[in-house]
Amino acid sequence: MQLHQKISVALNAATAAGRVGLVPFVTAGYPIKDEFIKVLSEICKDGDVVEVGVPFSDPMADGITIQRSSHSAIEQGVTLNWIIDQLAASDIDTPIVLMSYLNPLLAYGYEALAADAAKAGVCGFIVPDLPWEESEHLRAALETQGLGLVQLVTPATPEDRLEMLCKVSQGFIYAVTVTGVTGGDQSMPAEVVDYLDVVKRHASIPVCAGFGVREPSQVAMLGKHADGVIVGSALLEKIESGEDAAAFLRGLQG
Amino acid sequence: MNEALENMSDADRAEHLRKLIAGEYPDKRGRYGPFGGSYAPETLVTALKRLEQGIHEFLADDELQVELRRELKDWVGRPTALTHARGLSKRWGADVWLKREDLAHTGAHKINNALGQAFLAKKLGAKRVVAETGAGQHGVATAAACARVGIPCTVYMGAVDIERQAPNVDRMYQLGANVVPVTGGDATLRAAIDEAFRNWVADPAETFYLLGSAVGPHPYPWLVQVLQSVIGTEARAQIIEAAGGLPDIAVACVGGGSNAIGLFHPMLADSGIEMLGIEAGGLGPDLGDNSATLAAGKPGVLHGTYSMLLYDADGQIQETHSVSAGLDYPGVGPEHALLKTIGRVTYHSITDDVALDALRECCAFEGILPAIESSHALAGAREWAKENPGKRILIGLSGRGDKDMPTLSKHMSFREAAE
Repeated sequence: MQLHQKISVALNAATAAGRVGLVPFVTAGYPIKDEFIKVLSEICKDGDVVEVGVPFSDPMADGITIQRSSHSAIEQGVTLNWIIDQLAASDIDTPIVLMSYLNPLLAYGYEALAADAAKAGVCGFIVPDLPWEESEHLRAALETQGLGLVQLVTPATPEDRLEMLCKVSQGFIYAVTVTGVTGGDQSMPAEVVDYLDVVKRHASIPVCAGFGVREPSQVAMLGKHADGVIVGSALLEKIESGEDAAAFLRGLQG
Repeated sequence: MNEALENMSDADRAEHLRKLIAGEYPDKRGRYGPFGGSYAPETLVTALKRLEQGIHEFLADDELQVELRRELKDWVGRPTALTHARGLSKRWGADVWLKREDLAHTGAHKINNALGQAFLAKKLGAKRVVAETGAGQHGVATAAACARVGIPCTVYMGAVDIERQAPNVDRMYQLGANVVPVTGGDATLRAAIDEAFRNWVADPAETFYLLGSAVGPHPYPWLVQVLQSVIGTEARAQIIEAAGGLPDIAVACVGGGSNAIGLFHPMLADSGIEMLGIEAGGLGPDLGDNSATLAAGKPGVLHGTYSMLLYDADGQIQETHSVSAGLDYPGVGPEHALLKTIGRVTYHSITDDVALDALRECCAFEGILPAIESSHALAGAREWAKENPGKRILIGLSGRGDKDMPTLSKHMSFREAAE
């Protein structure tokens, strides 16, 4: 089995169990660098797949929460090298997807990155500033290790392009629910349902909905039209305020 | 990737230059050789394609182009003068000419781009314009252009820049713009661009992002080059007429690189013209002390483009320093990255102190107060003149220095200088 297939398998298992798949996101090393693996282990209890954010100095697709967490992590010396070392030394077996802007990946070197990430238990990557058309070099490197590159689709994506992205995505399809950055608190527009149904229709791997997911009611609603939900900013805010992250995640699933 | 660039053969270099001159760059993928491209979030991919299509229609729309040219003449005040710098010529032992973008409406070359893009925004039916600004010159130009064409505008500006460029903030308000302080990141131009992108991502269908420099995802570097090329096209004709021939060298300052690309691009085919781009050397060569991207950077991706960039071993973008807010940017336009790689343009850097000294010289001997940004070009030209006596030098004087008075008061005392 290719590494990226582990992601699909985990999400399909949730579906088979009658649950909405849960993909929690944390910025690595936030809020406290030394507690990274502890925080990650905690959310792995409820996460079917976990998304680990590599902090970047210029997170242009992210809202204030992830900007703040990224800035703090960088200040504490969190780097992609460090994250991979930490993951490699941990005994986490939940499939991990690394979310990173492109430049830290470029700085690491694609070939070395693919080899080291695969050894560390990473199954795929999400790169918000890498549209499909620019992704050839990174994909070539990831493919040698069976790592996947998750494609994002948005409500602004025309249907022919959406169909193409659904075909080429690996692991899952990241369906951005709002036109905007991460962490918004606006209510999900009603058209989201129709949009997700279109994505679902073109998808042959699981579809996960993300951006602005905060409430159990949203999870219940999205879960009817997608296989999983991604929870990032809302989770980080719970972790920030010292609340029980695992309880929050369990609560989301109703 | 660095090695591949350094090992580029002479034939490859010549071919890249040919394509650039022939208009084959940017290519279909928005690339200038290895540089450029479009590294934008998926939400913007469709908006960028629509923008590219819109630019082609805009450029082919004769009526609109006639109207734009009329506005450039009657409202901006083009063509801007080409001034023979008699005082500097005598002092440097050279024949020095200044392309006076400081005389353009709102005081800098930024208006050429802002007006053109405001026309484009209107044509595309945008409901609002967002822009970023560093020194405030692009913000003021955008505010003015949007007021002129009748479209609301919001300008994102780093909190640090708001403080050091206060007069320009008030000008933007007076011109009807909504100025939003950006406190995230390094709170300068780079953070303002991040924030303008975020705002655009939230409403790609009705918002037009009026980007101020020759950076960003394709088609922006190309659009800005096309709109700024009026500088070099005018200067080329003016210097032939006034001086009887082409210059030996053209010199311009480079931050993101919009005024430099505007001056250089129309003269790339003139193989007899040497070209020199001057970056901000800040306090010195140490990482973090300057914004000399082409001198000290390596290829990377920021703000949607693959170009030369200042970043650390972990890929984090470096904080930069320059006394001039307009040059204080860790990246540079992809066309400059190619021009450096193929050796068509040489890039040097000038430190804060040397730039300020050149500013004072221009004030004292030409009666012109240049922007601190433009003073980097003056200083670079002066150094070149020392090595190459008796040559004809064309300098892009990109803007006027009125906006820099608070900084100048801090850094030098003119009264002291006079005594």
